[in-house]
Amino acid sequence: SMAVDMRLPTVKKTMTLSAPAVYRKDLVVPGDVITSDTGFMRGHGTYVDDDKLTASVAGKVQRVDKLICVRPLKTRFNGEVGDVVVGRITEVQQKRWKVDTNSRLDSVLLLSSVNLPGGELRRRSAEDELTMRKYIQEGDLISAEVQSVFSDGALSLHTRSLKYGKLGQGVLVQISPSLIKRQKTHFHNLPCGASIILGNNGFVWLYPTLGQQDEEAGGFYTSLEPVSLPDREVISRLRNCLLALAAQKVLLYDTSVLYCYESSLQHQVKDILKPEVMEEIVMLTQQKLLAQEG
Amino acid sequence: MAGIELLSDQGYRLDGRKATELRKVQARLGVFAQADGSAYLEQGNTKVLAVVYGPHEMRGSRSRTLHDRAVINCQYSMATFSTAERKRRPHGDRKSTEMSLHLKQTFEAAVMTQLFPRSQIDIYVKILQSDGGNYSVCVNAATLAVIDAGIPMRDYVCACTVGFVDETPLADLCYAEESGGVSSLALALLPRGGQIALVQMDARLHQDHLEALIEAATTACKGVSKVLDEVVRQHLQEASVLTGED
Repeated sequence: SMAVDMRLPTVKKTMTLSAPAVYRKDLVVPGDVITSDTGFMRGHGTYVDDDKLTASVAGKVQRVDKLICVRPLKTRFNGEVGDVVVGRITEVQQKRWKVDTNSRLDSVLLLSSVNLPGGELRRRSAEDELTMRKYIQEGDLISAEVQSVFSDGALSLHTRSLKYGKLGQGVLVQISPSLIKRQKTHFHNLPCGASIILGNNGFVWLYPTLGQQDEEAGGFYTSLEPVSLPDREVISRLRNCLLALAAQKVLLYDTSVLYCYESSLQHQVKDILKPEVMEEIVMLTQQKLLAQEG
Repeated sequence: MAGIELLSDQGYRLDGRKATELRKVQARLGVFAQADGSAYLEQGNTKVLAVVYGPHEMRGSRSRTLHDRAVINCQYSMATFSTAERKRRPHGDRKSTEMSLHLKQTFEAAVMTQLFPRSQIDIYVKILQSDGGNYSVCVNAATLAVIDAGIPMRDYVCACTVGFVDETPLADLCYAEESGGVSSLALALLPRGGQIALVQMDARLHQDHLEALIEAATTACKGVSKVLDEVVRQHLQEASVLTGED
């Protein structure tokens, strides 16, 4: 017989460390007046109404010198130059690809911003424009870096490094961009046997650790070799760990992911998604992170 | 007056409320993980889900792109099981199309669309259980979903449906009252500034009564806004405790 795990919906209990009697002053909602003092500059998430600086989103007020911003809990990705992103191709146009990177507008990957097979100094011909689909087509996933930001906020990407390019076999996890910790590198070969790309845009790519890549392929080569069962299990476990960490709003970086993976080892992969197991392993993870810091 | 008595001599309505009393409002933000913003709201027995995607690249008909602001796309639908009689509306009906248009107008007045040129914001609302005031409850739920998505708004938009019976304005009508031949009016308000985002009235009403009715609707909307405010602040508080930012 097959065991089926069933549960009734329950209201999430709130984790309050100290019950505040009054609402915190730095948390505002749309329409809240932040200040009537006209000496301040209006930043993101605010507007001026009747000479009063007013919040337009629900979130936390941040003050830098004379600039006041309100950062909402959740938003789309606001890319900056140098950010690592994982994205999905939505359209192939003349000389450029359109990429969905969870931004307010689709990002652009110009044909001149990719390394085509045949080395760094290869000239781009009219023929390359016609065979763009051969390299990357609609639905493909890529990793890239933000090269510049257009005036309307759209991002221009580039893949001019061996570490960027088309992604092959693996698992994509989409989480809030605010949960990705900014670090020196967002590419990690985890010691548990899989690799991870933590895109600043909240798209996380999990894939089996590959051998040395062929430089001539220019980042378009994808291996179609079957992935072994143990590797797939490791990747599935990592995926569930990422979801658990995201559910408890823990910042994601190589150490937190690895600690969560280690804490989850006593459970079966599928059990990690149970709310009580999630809570338990994330608690263990946080303890390990604290121990490492202190 | 023909039909059932909507307001008793003692001043009570069919469901035992006083004339200006609202129904109980319960709401939750962030009910879906995949959407940019979502909310569930109950106002009495009317239950609504609202989901927001965006701002994102224009999808579908690119010709609707606006170069100075975002396009708001609203879709209103009713679940098959939402009314007393099962009714399948696979492609929506005329009423839903009109409702979608009203929602679009309401949110264009509140959302700061000029910040997102060439993009699109989708607002989907679904009635799970219908018991009067469908438009108003949808506006209230969608407001919460837009806030959850972190999309800038001038203020909350709160809406309420009011009716006029025996020279008395009744706040927040339920289905029995709405279908009892009452002149009803739906008002969407930006409560802090008191600006009206939308007023809708199909029935006949003497001009002299209009001011009193709008006054009652304004008061009711401000009452709703207090409840929504409480829900949003509670949600913020909880979420910022989890992220541990101080």
